[in-house]
Amino acid sequence: MRPDLDIIQQWVQPGHHVLDLGCGNGTLLDFLQRERGATGFGLEINPDHITTCMAKGVSVIEQNLDTQGLDNFDDGMFDVVLMTQALQAVRRPDKVIEEMLRVGREGIVTFPNFAHWRLRWGLALSGRMPESDALPYKWYNTPNIRLCTFKDFEALCRQKGIRIKSRRVVDGQHQNSWLARLWPNLLGEIAIYRITRENP
Amino acid sequence: MPDSLPSDSVGLVSPQTIRFDTPIELACGQTLDSYDLVVETYGTLNPDASNAVLICHALSGHHHAAGYHSMEDKKPGWWDSCIGPGKPIDTNRFFVVSLNNLGGCHGSTGPNSTNPATGKPYGPDFPVITVADWVKSQAYLADHLGIEQWAAVVGGSLGGMQALQWSLDYPERLRHSVVIASTPRLSAQNIAFNEVARQAITSDREFHDGRYYDFGAVPRRGLMLARMVGHITYLSDASMGEKFGRELREEAYKFGFDAEFQVESYLRYQGERFSESFDANTYLLMTRALDYFDPAYAAGGDLAKALAPASCEYLVLSFSTDWRFSPERSEEMVNAMISARKKVSYAEIDAPWGHDAFLIPTPRYTDIFTAYMDRVAREVGA
Repeated sequence: MRPDLDIIQQWVQPGHHVLDLGCGNGTLLDFLQRERGATGFGLEINPDHITTCMAKGVSVIEQNLDTQGLDNFDDGMFDVVLMTQALQAVRRPDKVIEEMLRVGREGIVTFPNFAHWRLRWGLALSGRMPESDALPYKWYNTPNIRLCTFKDFEALCRQKGIRIKSRRVVDGQHQNSWLARLWPNLLGEIAIYRITRENP
Repeated sequence: MPDSLPSDSVGLVSPQTIRFDTPIELACGQTLDSYDLVVETYGTLNPDASNAVLICHALSGHHHAAGYHSMEDKKPGWWDSCIGPGKPIDTNRFFVVSLNNLGGCHGSTGPNSTNPATGKPYGPDFPVITVADWVKSQAYLADHLGIEQWAAVVGGSLGGMQALQWSLDYPERLRHSVVIASTPRLSAQNIAFNEVARQAITSDREFHDGRYYDFGAVPRRGLMLARMVGHITYLSDASMGEKFGRELREEAYKFGFDAEFQVESYLRYQGERFSESFDANTYLLMTRALDYFDPAYAAGGDLAKALAPASCEYLVLSFSTDWRFSPERSEEMVNAMISARKKVSYAEIDAPWGHDAFLIPTPRYTDIFTAYMDRVAREVGA
């Protein structure tokens, strides 16, 4: 299992009701259902992914976060709301995060760090929009329209009174590295945040 | 007529009539002491009877869902696109049961059957049947066939309502409920269209208060109009536009009121064909069953609350241009299922054909339906 998904699954307890925003082909939810005894839904808009989820037995709802939000979900109905590698692709990440913590007690968010040294270096050196394994698109066709850095995300959380319960940083191969732990905003490529509005 | 039967067809099939002598109590308070249901089955029931799928038909449907009755048949059953070897409801794996509902006019007991009390056709004396009544009769049918639990109950439109009702009335007796192009209740507009259809029938001079059989009459004109107005609601503006546009049957306007536009002649033809094969009283009954369907009503309008007893998994599908039962109606259902913490999957399929899209095999529809049913089959070891 991918190390980031491995970290996430440790934060989901048996019996947890989980919502996965942008659940892709349902790999994570399928694992959480089978191995962690969790229940829940995925939201997805890609038709092929939706079909794959259904074939796996992952409950999936065709729903566009940008246009439909999470209005159809009740307050606090989920234990955990997941959003892996999709925050940067929604139109209003700030609103999505607030909605995540309205419908769920806890949120788990992963996204690529735009302040990783290789991206900084690429931009500084070439003067062109950086590309990487985590961000393989051209500026004009990228679905990643809201790129941010770890620092940006943490500032947003502070501003909204959201508590970061933990943060794990991995490199492009989703491996842990001590360097990335030391200088996350420079050396970390992908961050996994566990956030909540609840007091410790 | 097919020269040879397609390899993905269930082939030649024949219906059977099953007699039920245990009285069935109906929602209206009346009881039918005995009745017939006409049934077709496709595929083979496995030894532990776990691979059975029930097909529920819509307003004008019947038991003949797949295959051919004879080599002379022009068309296969009404849902042949989805039922057969290798099709979404794969008859190599599932045992498929399709019936003509109570009150129907294709062989099951209905208004045109003989009322044992009078020796004449029931006509207007046939009780008004509800979706829940149908589900009850289908449960008796399951008992008769030795099916304790359906792998899935599947239906489109009015059939989807039955699939939903099953999950509330007999939660342990189905694993999956597949609700396609349906709605948790009719809107005022839906009821209004039904009322126009009913008025067309009942105001036909040949209707004779529903006792037209006794007069050797058929309210053909009313039934034709009813079907014409209904048919419009099954199509989309775009699909009608594409099929007919403003095309005329002849080159120029004739400044009269005969069918000059192709769409007029199409509707008249469809209406006439329908009026030759369908019973007017059954049409009244079916539209009323649609009007009355509202499982949330008993729960104070709270559909999520009404769903509480359900234990199956749901697949809900809607079609983008369906304005009869629009995607919003399906989403209403899905949201209630989410609130009630039921397992549900939902997709809105892009298709130009309006409500009729549930009968037409578009690639995405077929893919999703196949993927879901394949998983159901694996789950029950079929």
